[in-house]
Amino acid sequence: MIDTLVHVLLVLALPPLLPGVIARTKAAFAGRNGPPLLQGYYDLARLLRKGSVLPAGSGWVFLAGPVAGVAAPLFASLLLPFGGHSAPVSFAGDMILFAYVLALSRFFTATAALDTGSAFEGMGAAREVAFSCLAEPALFFGFVALARISGSLSLSTMLGTGPGWVTAGAPLVLVAASWAVVLLAENCRIPFDDPNTHLELTMIHEVMVLDHGGPAFGLVLYGAAMKLFVLSALFLRVVFPFNVTDPRLDWIAFVAGILLVAISIGVVESVMARLRLVKVPQLLVGACVLSAFGMLLLAR
Amino acid sequence: MERSPRVVPAPVSLLLVLGGAFLCVAGGVPGLFLPPGATARRIATAGSVGGSLLGLVGAVSAAVTGRVETLTRPWPLPGAALHVELDALSAIFLVPLFLVSALAAISGSRSFGDEEHPSDARRTRFFFGLATGAIALVLVARNGLFFLASWEVMALSAFFLVTADRSSREARDAGRLYLFATHAGTLTLFGFFSQLRHLTGSTELVPLPPGVAGTDAGTALFVLALFGFGFKAGVLPLHFWLPPAHAAAPAHVSALMSGVLIKTGIYGILRFTALVPDPPAAWGDVLLVLGVASAVLGVAFALGQHDLKRLLAWHSVENIGIIVLGLGAGLAGRAAGRPEWALLGLAGALFHVVNHGLFKSLLFLGAGEVVHVAGTRDMDRMGGFGRVLPKTAFFFLAGAVAISGLPPLNGFASEWLVYLGLFERARASGADALRAAFAAPALALTGALALACFVKAHGSVFLGSLRGDPPHAHGEPALHVAPMAVLAGACALLGLWPAGIAPALARASAIAAPGPVPAVPLAELASLVTVGLSAFALVLLLGAVGLLLRRRLAAAAPTAGPTWDCGYARPTARMQYTASSFARGPVGYFGWALRPRAKGAPVTKLFPVTASFESHVPDTVLDRAIVPAFRAGAWAARQGRILQQGRIQLYLLYVVATLVALLLRV
Repeated sequence: MIDTLVHVLLVLALPPLLPGVIARTKAAFAGRNGPPLLQGYYDLARLLRKGSVLPAGSGWVFLAGPVAGVAAPLFASLLLPFGGHSAPVSFAGDMILFAYVLALSRFFTATAALDTGSAFEGMGAAREVAFSCLAEPALFFGFVALARISGSLSLSTMLGTGPGWVTAGAPLVLVAASWAVVLLAENCRIPFDDPNTHLELTMIHEVMVLDHGGPAFGLVLYGAAMKLFVLSALFLRVVFPFNVTDPRLDWIAFVAGILLVAISIGVVESVMARLRLVKVPQLLVGACVLSAFGMLLLAR
Repeated sequence: MERSPRVVPAPVSLLLVLGGAFLCVAGGVPGLFLPPGATARRIATAGSVGGSLLGLVGAVSAAVTGRVETLTRPWPLPGAALHVELDALSAIFLVPLFLVSALAAISGSRSFGDEEHPSDARRTRFFFGLATGAIALVLVARNGLFFLASWEVMALSAFFLVTADRSSREARDAGRLYLFATHAGTLTLFGFFSQLRHLTGSTELVPLPPGVAGTDAGTALFVLALFGFGFKAGVLPLHFWLPPAHAAAPAHVSALMSGVLIKTGIYGILRFTALVPDPPAAWGDVLLVLGVASAVLGVAFALGQHDLKRLLAWHSVENIGIIVLGLGAGLAGRAAGRPEWALLGLAGALFHVVNHGLFKSLLFLGAGEVVHVAGTRDMDRMGGFGRVLPKTAFFFLAGAVAISGLPPLNGFASEWLVYLGLFERARASGADALRAAFAAPALALTGALALACFVKAHGSVFLGSLRGDPPHAHGEPALHVAPMAVLAGACALLGLWPAGIAPALARASAIAAPGPVPAVPLAELASLVTVGLSAFALVLLLGAVGLLLRRRLAAAAPTAGPTWDCGYARPTARMQYTASSFARGPVGYFGWALRPRAKGAPVTKLFPVTASFESHVPDTVLDRAIVPAFRAGAWAARQGRILQQGRIQLYLLYVVATLVALLLRV
């Protein structure tokens, strides 16, 4: 019960910290001071208090995007084990629900973008759904590989197999590499998309939400941070599937791990340039092939 | 769970189904003689609705109780008997049939009425009833010849439904293609049933003797079944008749054909494999490969379409692929002696049959209204229709979420079962599991592509701004909205409470896969209660966040402002993204299969005055394989015309030459 409470509290409270950590890391690389670590929380508080301007002609669908963008990752997180603590909800096949709930938020984010009728936002929505077509199989090849390693169909057990690194190290490396790409792509980080850019033609996720403002935009930012948090937790559990025996230490190890993932993302963003848009599918297909190869290695 | 050996003296449910089928057929008859008008229309609609309700009661009771009811009457034809039987497997197909046919008939009575189609409407109503009745007979027939007779009535009435609008050249062409395809399929089925009779010694559908399935004769039987039934189901590459036929038919006909009629092909394969006590593992693998090909390529082709109804038709190919994937998983599970894999795969396939019937008819009914209002099927010329048709937009969105397989609607629940069947097999040891291990990510790819396609379809039709005034804008009459509301409600119900249908699915699967059944009931095996509760929780969570946003918005009344224009201050509706531009990315990934054709020159210099671009994704199988093959055949036949001189002496010479040749050989 307490674990569930901590779990939910972490999902609700921690995500806005991650963009701050990434920004600070990038600032350190660039020799700047950077925004405060808690900037994400300030932004949220400010946006939620604001009034809002809705694009002319848009309907309820326009607001369904931000709503699904928060509700879906929040729901998905309930299926995900955080650190050594198993997920609040866990059953055989929960990883399928996990992937499809995130897809639901993608559906409504892209649909909301189309509701504005703007060419830019249509463009962003088209890119978003096109790129995730390639990310989805990479994710599922990884699920199959993990299912074969752990012999289980539930995220809580699939991601809890520390000995997997001993018996199936090579496949796990491949899956982790593939999922790292998925993590960056699905959260629109460099090298796929630059969340800080302000050039509509090159953006993916950001261009979809150009017209959201006020509380709705607050939800968009919150949901995006939550998705980053959830996928980071998934990725973290693949690279660090070990349990710390003490439950309190385990929570601390988990939070430290998540922050480490955020710092790594910041490092990647600092040392890499954005890919040309036509190269993005190639990298994603590469990720697919990596995890498929990881799965093939397990064919014994 | 298992088939009850007790034969109930009064086959009430079966009689209800037969009576319902009869009423559906009979309702359309008076209209053929009465003058066109409201009376004939009311009789036909009442017949369809009343008959469907009767049949629905019978089918549901059979699905719930799992009772098997049989009725036999002799028939003067040698080898034929009027042998009908209602069991859980038939019932699972009958329920969507009757539900969809009633709702489509109501919708069609308005949208395809006597006013706009004076000569075609009554004919269409008659054949609509006839098709419904014939499908019901196909689903209960247990004699090979009787099955074929019903099959042919169904196929022919569907031809008249496809060509309902006789003035449309496109419909006539589509009808011809359909007629060719359906008869190629029927011909194969003749071969199938004669081979079946050869192996079992009876025209009745009795089980094959053990051991036959692995022989060459058994393989031939499987190939014939796959071809004959695959044609009707629209499994790639036998699908080529389907997109044109469903695009050209009136919307309520497309709903019946796409939602229900093509499933008779799936039913045929299931009924056949139920007769096989020991299916070889290779059969399951063949179905897996076909399923993956149909699913992935079907949705890829759908993405390339900008004709709304053709897009939906291609999605039928995709969904048939998902169903066949489930069948393959089921057969492979039977061959491997793992009843739980078989149950998950088959139950997933059957569930998807029901679900696809619901959401595809919903989408077709919505598309019919859009096409009527827009006066075109070209999505590139639509946009903003949510303002003209708000209710249709809402229900179409529900259908789009359901068909994309997203929770909390029913599409997710059935795909969930198929996934679980594949994952269960994929985690087993051995190289055999690898096939399922590749099929699961393929299904994920299909799901992501379907999502892209329906974001595109819904977005480019209903959202954004109107591109000019639609020619036939009018309100949304109840006769149009109510059927969609019922279908959407059913989608929501099955998504939130999949455990409710689980016993019926398990009973039907047990008939499709005779032999050992898993000890754990399906709902528990697939945690369907949890899935339903999760869907419910998701709805609550969405509602809670929605309410929060609403309260924040209410705190300071939102104002309307212009859409962000990137500094270009005169945006027009023509600048919004079209369906074609939306799909360009993923269509490019599948360029090797889709072979998109584009017309128009690229913009080269600054300030171009005019530039045009047009793209089109034709059916590769039809264009590159079927049509060239038939051209070659026609060419060869023309060469043979040299022999035809019209002189009797020459023909006599041929006879003599043939005789001499024969004598010389002997």
